[in-house]
Amino acid sequence: MSDFLQPRSLAQALEERAAHLEYQLLAGGTDLLVASKDRLPLLGMIDLMSVSELSGIEEVAGGGLRIGATTSYSKILDSEAIATRFALLHKACREIGAAQIQARGTLGGNIATSSPVGDSLPALMALDAQLELASTRGKRTVPYREFLRGYRKVDMAEDELIVAILLPAQPEGAFHYWRKVGTRRAQSISKLMIAAVGSVQDGKIASAKISLGAVADRTIRLYEVEKAIVGQKPGPETAAIAKEVVRASITPIDDLRSNAEYRLSTAENLVARFVLGLASTVGTTQSPSSAKKNK
Amino acid sequence: MKIEVTINGEKRQVETAGHRRLLDVLRDEFALFGTKEGCGEGECGACTVLLEGEVVNSCLIAVGQVNGKSLTTIEGMADGQTLHVIQQALIDFGGAQCGICTPGVALCAKWALEKEPNASKERLRELMSGNICRCTGYQAIVDAVVSAQEGADS
Amino acid sequence: MVENKKLFSVGQDIGRVDGVAKVNGSAQYVDDLSYPGMWHGMTKRSEVAHGVLKAIVKGAGSGETAFDWSDIVVVTAADIPGRNTILLMEEDQPALVSVGNHIRHMDEAVALVAAPTRARALAALGALEIEVEELAAAVTPDEALKAEVKIYGDDNIFKSFLIEKGDEDIDTLLASCAHVVEGTYRTGAQEQMYIETQGMISRWDGENCHIIGSMQCPFYVQKAMRTLLDITDDALVVEQAVTGGGFGGKEEYPSMIAGHAALLAKKAGVPVKLIYERDEDIAATTKRHPSVVKHRMGFDEAGNIVAIDIDVVFDGGAYLTLTPVVLSRGVLHAAGPYRCANTRVRGRAVATNTPPHGAFRGFGAPQTTFAYERQMQKAAKALGMSQFALREKCMLVEGDTTSTSQLLKGSVGSIEVMAAVKEHDAKALDTRIDDSAGASIRRGRGLAFYFHGAGFTGSGEARLAGRATVALSASGQFEVRSSSTDIGQGVRTMFSQISATALGVEVDAIEVVVPATNKVPDSGPTVASRTTMVVGKVVHEASVALREKIEAWAADKGMQGMGLREAGAAMAREEGEVAITSQYKPPEGIEWDDETYTGSAYPCYGWAACLIDVSVDLDTAEVTIDRCVHAVDLGKAINPTIVKGQIEGGTLQSLGWALWEEVIYKGGKVQNDRMTNCIIPTFSDAPEMTTILVEEAFDFGPHGAKGVGEIPMDGPCAAVVNAVEDALGELASASSFDTLPLTPEAIGRALRSVS
Repeated sequence: MSDFLQPRSLAQALEERAAHLEYQLLAGGTDLLVASKDRLPLLGMIDLMSVSELSGIEEVAGGGLRIGATTSYSKILDSEAIATRFALLHKACREIGAAQIQARGTLGGNIATSSPVGDSLPALMALDAQLELASTRGKRTVPYREFLRGYRKVDMAEDELIVAILLPAQPEGAFHYWRKVGTRRAQSISKLMIAAVGSVQDGKIASAKISLGAVADRTIRLYEVEKAIVGQKPGPETAAIAKEVVRASITPIDDLRSNAEYRLSTAENLVARFVLGLASTVGTTQSPSSAKKNK
Repeated sequence: MKIEVTINGEKRQVETAGHRRLLDVLRDEFALFGTKEGCGEGECGACTVLLEGEVVNSCLIAVGQVNGKSLTTIEGMADGQTLHVIQQALIDFGGAQCGICTPGVALCAKWALEKEPNASKERLRELMSGNICRCTGYQAIVDAVVSAQEGADS
Repeated sequence: MVENKKLFSVGQDIGRVDGVAKVNGSAQYVDDLSYPGMWHGMTKRSEVAHGVLKAIVKGAGSGETAFDWSDIVVVTAADIPGRNTILLMEEDQPALVSVGNHIRHMDEAVALVAAPTRARALAALGALEIEVEELAAAVTPDEALKAEVKIYGDDNIFKSFLIEKGDEDIDTLLASCAHVVEGTYRTGAQEQMYIETQGMISRWDGENCHIIGSMQCPFYVQKAMRTLLDITDDALVVEQAVTGGGFGGKEEYPSMIAGHAALLAKKAGVPVKLIYERDEDIAATTKRHPSVVKHRMGFDEAGNIVAIDIDVVFDGGAYLTLTPVVLSRGVLHAAGPYRCANTRVRGRAVATNTPPHGAFRGFGAPQTTFAYERQMQKAAKALGMSQFALREKCMLVEGDTTSTSQLLKGSVGSIEVMAAVKEHDAKALDTRIDDSAGASIRRGRGLAFYFHGAGFTGSGEARLAGRATVALSASGQFEVRSSSTDIGQGVRTMFSQISATALGVEVDAIEVVVPATNKVPDSGPTVASRTTMVVGKVVHEASVALREKIEAWAADKGMQGMGLREAGAAMAREEGEVAITSQYKPPEGIEWDDETYTGSAYPCYGWAACLIDVSVDLDTAEVTIDRCVHAVDLGKAINPTIVKGQIEGGTLQSLGWALWEEVIYKGGKVQNDRMTNCIIPTFSDAPEMTTILVEEAFDFGPHGAKGVGEIPMDGPCAAVVNAVEDALGELASASSFDTLPLTPEAIGRALRSVS
């Protein structure tokens, strides 16, 4: 019979991980247990859901947040702090699967898998999230954009666990733009996602961080686009420049869900929409938590 | 491993492998066949149950993870012979046709109305979008849930 | 009055009789059933589109030790006691490909395994090896029509039709028309996606076989088992379990699974349950036929249709199944509900090396309806007429003839359904989209108008002569016995209402028996929008006859004035069971020529119009359906809530087919065999629907009712596409909207090609 371990503390979890490198790590199960019917896990599982240190949302100095790795999407959606200060992540989590998946799926799970269609990942990348990793050997912190190394490839040693996600404070009044283009309106796998956060000062774009999901073998940041628009006046001209840079800087993929041509033009259009959205924030205090479907 | 779980208010025990899908344990060990399998990958919601009051897909939960917790399945939704107001509305409005998605739909609707009692129709559709129905076009289900919502208001 | 209402339940919204069991989870579907000692079966499938099966080998498996076959039963074609075929129309499809014979599609069954547990059966499936000599395959109709690869006969054509009306040469007429509208319309395969996958359990008691499972047509299964198992009807019981949706998908294929379960159970000597996994169900079972329809319509200056020329090609897949009948319905509906003296409709169904396509709600009509309603939209634009005006001008009304020269003599709701949706045309476009960050949204409205023949084609119902029994059981209970299966559409409830009303009793006095071949007569299959209209009529007649018999008996006994329930109870005590079996007699004047395909194609038609509003996001090319108004003439709503549910469900299947649902094949293999990638609409995709029931009574149906099961599937697809075209107008060419599904990728491409 296959082993099913349930550590109760982080220390115990790290020890069991070190002792059973070949076991599967189980969190919300929304990915791992797909198609598991009638099949035994190869050797065993380590269930992380009973480790209380791995879940929960707490304030950190400087206006950031620390989110435990096994915090579910529904807990994130219930967080006022995330809804108001990290709207990007809130909006993204709202469109992950549907209620059942949101209740079980975890932010850490999405990161550990780092599928190119992971729906929280563009938001984390645009928000400059950092990850706290631990093993019996010690702890380290790494930016998510460096942690992600390739197609479902991450910078994680086999004895390491993701402990928490750190979100740094965002500029006051920043504009959070999220758009998921899925195969349908709900419970869908993404064809393309854009997560972008930007701010405007004195009529010029002061900061812009733009990330795209599902267009490449991994979640990407559009550094060149960001560079091209920061310092410019938000509006149609800058939007047109942004579109050109998008076209020059990404090479989208073809798959069952969509094709490269569609992804490219949609990415251009949505990046442009972000730039136009920045323009509309000029002179207003943006309330980023306005949810489009919850009227 | 030994699993202890409260199902529909009753303490139950089973000795089984922790990695088994909750769905299979509910059906094969506890003979609770109202929880259905439609896809086995968390897409259709036919296997929906409430875990500590949260709406979840039982096909994506390892039974070891519910040890010590409490579950509501469709068998626990009615009060004896008296149907829950949502169940009755589903009958009255034609929200159940073939019925295979209905247990999951009923439980998700219960969760949705408890979570957001004043949700708009559009928001109810969003909250229930993890339950797929192929028979009704959803209209009769939405009408039923809205009627249950209005009944709760008055 | 209240009492009268209870005794006249037809037309009332009584809750479905199986409602409680369905909402409290106690309804037992096939996977919820088990029998002592039951094993689990699974199917080994081919992995080539075309080839010769060379060997089936019990292998060692991939484990550290060789696979242990001691507790596994393997069934191959050699174990079949009768003829190796799943018989419906022809004997072309084997139950299991036998060694030395041809594999004709990717997911064809070659062997079966059964084991005490599912996990063991799955492991055995992995250890069972097949050796195949692969051959060149033809996986599209274009390839198959070259006839280089032989799949069916010499030319790979399952069936062809030619329907002609008028004496004049169509090409000459078209050449002379003021306006000619042309288009080539393509639609893809569509998966039924009932939420309950297919499954059967079989058990044997000596030479007697019992099969229970998810199905639409128990007598189709019986017919197939006679041949396959070499069994008599007396030794076989086929019983329907509560069935989790069918939509046509459980019309033919259940016979395959029933046969497999029975073969396994016979060899294993224990009951065997065979339930399909979702990926298996999507990949192997029948789907809607992909189609290409070439359509030409000629109009005069005033907007009258002068001539219509249509060429229909359906991809039938590797075996015949019901393809000729599907094509028949497709071509019979192809010219649409429009007046035209000169029409020519050609149709061909082509064999390809893909899993067989088969029955799906609409049964060939949605493909041709999509084509003619796109044509009408283009024609109205070309003629400078409104979408309503052109259709109102050309629509068939009483006294007109159809493309088969059928004179429409009554129950024609064309004017009424159009008027009903037109009332909603006044309402301004509305949208569900609200994107705060400056979305560029275009809105549009689309219309479609269509008809659907109810019941079997031509003399089909006369040949079939479906029977139903209404009985007063020995215990005094009224029972309706028919083979019409409740697959969610509410047959049991509506038959209760029809019978109770005819008997003059309350609905709860009626028990509608769950079909089993040893308990009910053959009423014909549960298909073709025929159940309420045809079998319901027989139930009505048998109920009336039973009431008369009881009343006569009571009068004879001097018990006048007693209620029918009490009189029945008294009669049952003295006489035992009293059963009346009636048989369907088609209405007079149904003349049909199967050779020329002329005459009364259907006893009557349902009529419908659908109005749809959409929003199209120009940045993402996504379509949101904002509103759907659907008016359907169904003769009489036996139970308004239930028939409304039929219409709404069919509508969303049609909208899904139009915008999202696509089965993707590569080399004859389904690529998207999961619910995550073979998607159907969710709550959020579906629009709020307004459904209008129009009742133009069909004198020969029960209380005037005619079929409603399929018509809602036919036209909403065209209405939504017409709405998208309306929204985008000059931004894209009209022919960009002639292929289903109309995906954002296709819309985006169309937008870019013009801009």
